[in-house]
Amino acid sequence: MVDLASRDPRRHERLVEDLAGGLEPVRPLPGPAARAALWLGAALLFGLVLATRIDATGFMLRMRVPDLALAAAGAVLTAAFAAFAAFATSVPGRPTAWALLPLPPLALWVCASGLGCLRGWVAPGTDIPNAHEVTGCFSFLVCVSVPLSVLIVMMLRRACPLRPNLTAALGGLAAAAAAAALLMPFHPHDATATDLLIHAVAVVGVIGLNGLAGGRLLDRQAATG
Amino acid sequence: MILALSGGMPGGIAAHGWALAPGSDARLDSACAGERIGGGARTVLEGELAALMAAAQGGDAAAYRALLKACLPVVSAIARAQGVRGEAVDDVVQDTLMTIHRARASYDPARPFLPWLRAITQRRAIDRLRRAGRRPREVHDPLAYEAEADPGPEPGQRLEAGDRAAALARAVASLPEGQRQAVEHLGLRELSLDETAALTGRSKGALKVNLHRALKALRASLTQERG
Repeated sequence: MVDLASRDPRRHERLVEDLAGGLEPVRPLPGPAARAALWLGAALLFGLVLATRIDATGFMLRMRVPDLALAAAGAVLTAAFAAFAAFATSVPGRPTAWALLPLPPLALWVCASGLGCLRGWVAPGTDIPNAHEVTGCFSFLVCVSVPLSVLIVMMLRRACPLRPNLTAALGGLAAAAAAAALLMPFHPHDATATDLLIHAVAVVGVIGLNGLAGGRLLDRQAATG
Repeated sequence: MILALSGGMPGGIAAHGWALAPGSDARLDSACAGERIGGGARTVLEGELAALMAAAQGGDAAAYRALLKACLPVVSAIARAQGVRGEAVDDVVQDTLMTIHRARASYDPARPFLPWLRAITQRRAIDRLRRAGRRPREVHDPLAYEAEADPGPEPGQRLEAGDRAAALARAVASLPEGQRQAVEHLGLRELSLDETAALTGRSKGALKVNLHRALKALRASLTQERG
């Protein structure tokens, strides 16, 4: 089959004329750091809306426990770094190595949570959540992750993610980490094995869904505009 | 200076008539494929492309046209460096121009232009290669080449065709006279009923009956012969 259009020697010139003819001014997007800060601000606002139900004294008490404080710091840093990495990888020409940025805080988050899990094992007197509370945690994580994921995917669509699945998965990691960080003030328990497992399932699920669905959304943007 | 803008640089961004100096295409080519060009010249080139893109973001169509035209050989060179060949290079150029247009807001004027362009072109080239990889293509395996069916006539084809014709001629010759004439004139020479009737002096009805009987007899005799 011969495609006649591909043999037209002037088709590039014609396309250039078409594109230049229909040119409209655009505002350059702010840098990845500024856009990540904007998204984190939105996540924080979301947290403030939820803050009416916060158990402040219990939260302060839990933050004195080193591994819980480390896990919280890890989650916050993972959210911030993953958001920056997602926005950085959505701009053509930025090194893909930015995708590695959230890995150290992610390791801190996972290890600190794992420590808490060990403590629950070693000291059996720890407050273990029942099944109902575990479901509550899970639905909290998912319910907070979904709007944050939608927001970050919408923001990422404005750029041009050339690796849409990677960018969307980083966005999912940012959303899941932010949700986990926002959960901490409401979470009346020390970390335990089941708790950690539920969190891991929710976080991996959110990242995976973002990688698949968000990747398609972003790819459609890159392919058809 | 490698790249000259007729409007003057750098204050003339808003001026009309952006144009690249003659002969700059080849240098752009090698500059963007990352070959044989000094760092200083490259910086100048990048600075000017960045200025054109910044002007295009502001809505300057002339700057945008000059930029895209300057990008054409660059994009082709990058696509070829990625392994794209033949007419597919033109497809990559088209895809890349469309992506540049859609993604122009994502370009940060404070950063160099060529890495931005290269990233987009490489991605579009890889997309094109992947798409081409899904289609069947020429096989370079000698065994597969040997096993490929030859579209030309097979060696015994003429002999077989001759045998078939001889068998048919024998079968036709063995038919009664009326049926033989009907088959020869109507079937083999493809004459009309009127012409055959004039030639043989038989009625059209008789010819039809004869043809029908002849075909039935031939079918029987040839099937028998083959079986």
